[in-house]
Amino acid sequence: MNVIVEREKGLLQLEQRIDELKAQAAQQPVDMTAEIEALETKYAQIQREIFGTMTPWQRVNMARHPKRPIGSDYIAALDQFDELHGDRHFRDDHAIVGGFAKLNGRRIVAIAQDKGRDTKEKVYRNFGMPSPEGYRKVIRLVKLAHHLGLPIVTFVDTSGADPGIGSEERAQSEAIAQSLSELAEARVPIVASVVGEGGSGGALALALADRVLILQHSVYSVASPEGAAAILWGDAARAEEAATRLKLTSDDLLAFGIVDEVIPEPIGGAHRDAAGTIGHVLDAVDRALGVLSAIPSAELRERRYAKFRRIGAASA
Amino acid sequence: MPMPEWLRLRRAQPVPVEDAAQWTKCPKCATMIYRPDLAANLWVCTTCNHHFRMHAFDRISMLVDADFNEIGGELAPGDPLGWTDKVPYPQKLERDREKSKLSEGVVCGFASIGGHPLALAVMDFNFRGGTMGTVVGERIAQLFERARERALPCVVFTASGGARMEEGMLALMQMAKTTMAVRRFHDDGGYYISVLTDPTTGGVSASFAFQADVVLAEARAAIGFAGRRVIEQTIRQKLPDNFQTAEFLLEKGALDMVVERDVLKETLVRLLDYGVGGKRSANGRSGAAVPSAVPVPPAETPA
Repeated sequence: MNVIVEREKGLLQLEQRIDELKAQAAQQPVDMTAEIEALETKYAQIQREIFGTMTPWQRVNMARHPKRPIGSDYIAALDQFDELHGDRHFRDDHAIVGGFAKLNGRRIVAIAQDKGRDTKEKVYRNFGMPSPEGYRKVIRLVKLAHHLGLPIVTFVDTSGADPGIGSEERAQSEAIAQSLSELAEARVPIVASVVGEGGSGGALALALADRVLILQHSVYSVASPEGAAAILWGDAARAEEAATRLKLTSDDLLAFGIVDEVIPEPIGGAHRDAAGTIGHVLDAVDRALGVLSAIPSAELRERRYAKFRRIGAASA
Repeated sequence: MPMPEWLRLRRAQPVPVEDAAQWTKCPKCATMIYRPDLAANLWVCTTCNHHFRMHAFDRISMLVDADFNEIGGELAPGDPLGWTDKVPYPQKLERDREKSKLSEGVVCGFASIGGHPLALAVMDFNFRGGTMGTVVGERIAQLFERARERALPCVVFTASGGARMEEGMLALMQMAKTTMAVRRFHDDGGYYISVLTDPTTGGVSASFAFQADVVLAEARAAIGFAGRRVIEQTIRQKLPDNFQTAEFLLEKGALDMVVERDVLKETLVRLLDYGVGGKRSANGRSGAAVPSAVPVPPAETPA
């Protein structure tokens, strides 16, 4: 059960009540201004209570909100997109969508993890959990971008890489390791945006980037809270506690220097204004590409090296 | 071949066998084995050939010709998340230091094996399950950087449960850091052999373990991305016994070789020999290797 969805229910009821009153007020001579204002004040108050200070666990639930914009929504908002399929070896992994695209006139290679929206699509997309073929598609697209000198734009949203039998048989580890390695080497600007869940190595495999952006209520974590709780205490039910300890919120990540920029969300979360949020993300990506494109490729790689080289070096 | 000065600093010593625990039960066949016998047999069960997990320094002394010059030993982990569950993270570290006689989950340094000078990293499951935190990542990255400067091949023994939860995202980012260092080493012509030992999973298997030019695994080692329990929970059925074993991965084409421990050293020596005279090799026979003209930098003195 998503705790944000639960908490939103009361708000949605209020919202409905206000709309009804407004409709009535428009039709009847009775003055309901005071009543409407009272409800609106209450609404704002509850909204502040719910979203003003969100706990890490609430953030996790916001990142998993069923209405939150998903990878394909960002892809759809690009000026142009030509999907390229498959890993050339085994199959096309639908958890990862990628291809040529344009953003504000700039030619790019765009890669997104996509969880799917309805049940049918979720199954089709394997709930956004990429298989080795997905990462091998990423490797292929990164090489292509490198070859053509096109910047790479990724949208990260996965609870983690697929943990199934087939994925192990086809060397999930190797696929992720090589995806990281290709991103390390690509001589083109790379901008990654964590737009939902950034789950472990399966997310990082798309996020070894020159600039890492994150939406305010997205999370990015060493393991999913459930996974971490299972690993640490053998009890996935302690996910909320794990979420608190893992320091997975955008503020934490910015403080650690793991992300470079936090993109604000409207109050109530990205889904309250999906188009606006997507626009803000794409604008931030475009700005980052503008800055990175001016840097010579050799220097870009040096900077990328230094960026990841220093994480955790200070504490050591 | 003359031994460079920086190789001669520290003698690799086997870890002393504790008197209190002279007998060990084989977890596979339950035979009681006299520990000195076990040590003499390279920590392989004398009855069933089960390969015990090895202490990093036992491993090092089993492999290296003479001396081992450790680097990065002075690096100690902080507590970036201020982590506490049953006990605070710094206490867990202290306990593991005591138990394992190690400062962290990997030992890195320079040595020679069968006359081949090289950079060597050995992970140890005894320290926080061999998990990769900031220190493991930093030591591995430093090793590859130094190996690149010195034009030496790199051999890494992995044993890890993955990224270290208690260091959160800083731990995950070590996958990126080590990848950058390995890739740079590789692009500069460096020769890298990884040896996956029991167990190699998660963030370590999904980064430097599978980025080597040649990937070996010790016989019957458990290797995979997701933990066995995670997969079983996901698919709600029990996995076959051989799933995620070295032999299984070899069958699936993910490994170059599966090696029994008694022939591991000679296998490594043969493989190292194929890299001699490569694009960058300090002991290159071709004479074309650039770095032979570069003076070997002195080893860093631990603080």
